[in-house]
Amino acid sequence: MKITLVATTALAGALALPAFAQTIGVSIPAATHGWAGALNYHAERTVERLEETYPDMDFVLTTTSDPGTQVSDLEDMVATRGIDALVVLPFESEPLTGPIQRIAESGTWVTVVDRGLAQDGIEDLYVAGDNMSFGQTAGQYFVDNLDSGAKLVVMRGIPSTVDNERVEGFEAALEGSDLEVLAMDHANWNRDNAFTLMQDYLSRFSEIDAVWAADDDQAVGALAAIEQAGRSGEMIVVGGAGMKEMVDRIRNGDETVPVNVTYPPSMISTAIEMTAVGASGAAPMTGEFIIASELITQDNAEDYYFEDSPY
Amino acid sequence: MTDATAKKPAARRSSVNLQAIGPVVALIVLVLIGISLSDNFLSYANVTNVLARSAFIGIIAVGMTFVITAGGLDLSVGSMAAFVAGVMIIAMNAMTERMGVTLPVVLLGMLIALFSGFAAGMINGLLITRAGIEAFIVTLGTMGIYRSLITWLADGGTLSIGYQMGEFYRPVYYGGIAGISWPIIVFALVAIIGEIAMRHTAFGRHCAAIGSNEKVARYSSVAVLRVRLITYALLGLLVGLAVVMYVPRLGSASSATGLLWELEAIAAVIIGGTLLKGGFGRVWGTVVGVLILSLIGNILNLTDFVSPYLNGAIQGVVIILAVVLQRNTGPAR
Repeated sequence: MKITLVATTALAGALALPAFAQTIGVSIPAATHGWAGALNYHAERTVERLEETYPDMDFVLTTTSDPGTQVSDLEDMVATRGIDALVVLPFESEPLTGPIQRIAESGTWVTVVDRGLAQDGIEDLYVAGDNMSFGQTAGQYFVDNLDSGAKLVVMRGIPSTVDNERVEGFEAALEGSDLEVLAMDHANWNRDNAFTLMQDYLSRFSEIDAVWAADDDQAVGALAAIEQAGRSGEMIVVGGAGMKEMVDRIRNGDETVPVNVTYPPSMISTAIEMTAVGASGAAPMTGEFIIASELITQDNAEDYYFEDSPY
Repeated sequence: MTDATAKKPAARRSSVNLQAIGPVVALIVLVLIGISLSDNFLSYANVTNVLARSAFIGIIAVGMTFVITAGGLDLSVGSMAAFVAGVMIIAMNAMTERMGVTLPVVLLGMLIALFSGFAAGMINGLLITRAGIEAFIVTLGTMGIYRSLITWLADGGTLSIGYQMGEFYRPVYYGGIAGISWPIIVFALVAIIGEIAMRHTAFGRHCAAIGSNEKVARYSSVAVLRVRLITYALLGLLVGLAVVMYVPRLGSASSATGLLWELEAIAAVIIGGTLLKGGFGRVWGTVVGVLILSLIGNILNLTDFVSPYLNGAIQGVVIILAVVLQRNTGPAR
């Protein structure tokens, strides 16, 4: 890998870095749900911005809808584009660990985003949200704000490590409280599934005080079902990830949707920017960068509202 | 129509009843399980919910019955539904800006949905009949195309109908006549018309004749290509109709809309007794199949009967059982 250093003083927002003739590959899952859509939006925006600022820097952005295709994409990037650095959000940890390890061993800088690999020490940089804290933040809100003995229903996402960690964090927060979890079922981070599941929860339980929808797409489905059943006002719904419609409701003091928990899809921007800096050797960037989940309330909602984002 | 094609279904009718018992038994068993596991199973709200949520897949599955009966297949319906929903929402939002929240906007939106569905179905049909490409390949291709197009239209996110327009259009899903909601009424009408078309019209018999033996059908002067084309166009139109019912529910469409609807529709058709290889179709069986699929999900949600991780397994077992029951009670085909 040959890097020619050209001394320039280009300034780009917060990060100023020397321009390099470098190719950075970015491989992320396709926009199959809202959050992944926002991930794509932020990735594209960041790539555009960096390409404009550093004309010498080249980006290869691919989106994939399954682990197999992602492996092929990575192989193509290395073989035909000769990437110097890779930013990857692995579709699944296990199947991608081997291929990513081989790329890392060939001397390419590797940044892994959000979903960790099955083996430690492969990547140069790890950027991720904190799923435990995501669940814990929501759980803690319920413990602090619901009356004792309150009844909750929980919607889980697609069965995965991410979902398990969130639920684990949630249960840890609830431990020792006298809140009662009536049921937990999967709605697969999908509005339609969440709508159906909430309808069935409402038929099944005559008393529900709070819904942890755990994801804003699921919250949209849950809210529609609650409204249909004419039970708005009986319960609160807490989603997650900071969809702008939800943030807007919190901003306006909606009583059904009092808070939200962040899990910023813009972490891909963090990862790409840090990779550009780290891989070029401009500043040390190796290690882990964990973005904590924060509670969005009416007071701080304004800071989390992004007008142009699709999510 | 010739006598040869008219005789076929008539001769079969005697064996149909025996064969049809399988899925009905499965449905009754499921209902009994539901009643025994949950007090709320037969409540008005739950019954309405289950029937209304079955309507989308149900309306599509009725169309799919004709396609499969004629020896075809359509894998694109789920993606097509998402795409048509996206087009409809974009069009309605654009019209709302000019014409405000008015009835014509809703009616035009519905027409656009029906037309887009019809056009999408025609494209499938023309590629299959005129270009002579395998239905599986054509619809696999269009499945990917429509799924990508909706993702692109929505910029990777979600397309939502304007708030006021959404409220105005909402009753089409949530409202109804005499306590029966619109999606249920429309589903019932589509099923009844479909049943009549399959049993008592030349079109239905031609479908069965083509699926049973295309060459014989052609020699019997059945317009094979035209009937095939009509089945795909009709399915597209029904996808449009399902979307007309779907959009007012959550007022949004995204790349996650209609995921796996094609497989659910095909499963419902096969559970209902239609032959996957074509030649025989039963519309009311399809309706039973759709209800079976919806009920499984509903019962699993209403109880802690099994770990939610196993929902898919339970569904698989019931689907296979329903078909096994039907094969054993009927004569070997």
